[in-house]
Amino acid sequence: MATCPECEGALTLGGDVQTGEIVVCGDCGVDLEVVGTSPVALALAPQEAEDWGE
Amino acid sequence: MKIGVLLSRVRVEEKWLFEALEKRGLDYEKIDDREAKFNLDAPGEWAKYDVVLERSISYGRGLYATQVLNGWRIPTVNMASVAATCGDKMATSIALKRAGVPQPNVRMAFTPESVLAAIEELGYPVVLKPVVGSWGRMVSKINDRDAAEAILEHREALGNYQHQIFYIQELIRKPGRDIRAFVVGDETICAIYRTSEHWITNTARGGKGSACPVTPELSEICLAAAQAVGGGVLAVDLLEDPDRGLLVNEINHTMEFHTTVPTTGVDIPGHIVDYTVQIGKARE
Repeated sequence: MATCPECEGALTLGGDVQTGEIVVCGDCGVDLEVVGTSPVALALAPQEAEDWGE
Repeated sequence: MKIGVLLSRVRVEEKWLFEALEKRGLDYEKIDDREAKFNLDAPGEWAKYDVVLERSISYGRGLYATQVLNGWRIPTVNMASVAATCGDKMATSIALKRAGVPQPNVRMAFTPESVLAAIEELGYPVVLKPVVGSWGRMVSKINDRDAAEAILEHREALGNYQHQIFYIQELIRKPGRDIRAFVVGDETICAIYRTSEHWITNTARGGKGSACPVTPELSEICLAAAQAVGGGVLAVDLLEDPDRGLLVNEINHTMEFHTTVPTTGVDIPGHIVDYTVQIGKARE
């Protein structure tokens, strides 16, 4: 169980969650980055930049 | 062999790549591009890598990191020169032209007046693209002069100088889909159709993937396109012109494949890892 830093909603993440992964808060819809796994820690994900892509 | 994986975030593609690396028992490290530092005089920790697989979501970070690594003779997948060509649509078009690979007609101009003249020389509708960009971002279909003037006015207001380099492409009357083909080394390993009712068919913009057979014709043009930009691990986007057949639209050097793997059943991450090992071994 982790807490959204934006809305304080609760997120349940799988046991295989990895640092650097992006998850979406089911309550407020914001993109969150997993910044730690034990315990799970979340931060607001970086906003898309102009040079992002493939 | 020690493999570095340079990344910005862990998408499903990176998870699959990690699985493929672990399945093969390979020694690898994840390198977050936000934490990466480079001292040109001292490679330091970087020297331990035999090859670096570049998966940055940022074109700029990936490009400059691989430039430095290649400068130290550390090979990367893909090499910096390939990233520089594929990351810039005009550079890609020039490489394709030089290699004689079919592509849509392209014009380039730098000012609103010259752009309008170039568009009208080509004939409406046209597609205006930023030279650097992805996921269909800021790609505009221009049907007439009014639309052209509005778009050019908006582009003029944007700060980045690259927005004043106007890449103008003829609009291809494609059959509601394009083709994305995957080239790894000297093989076209799979392809998908990307279908959409919208003229932009990127899966990042809602295009739906379905399996596309890799015909000899498709494979040949994809390999020629890949070779034209320097080769490696590449996703070639193609358009089907009713008269001219297959035309290469763009080439991507850090491609996503979360749609293609389930659609085709082809182990793209496995192919990428095997190719990366091959490049690393060549250095050893």
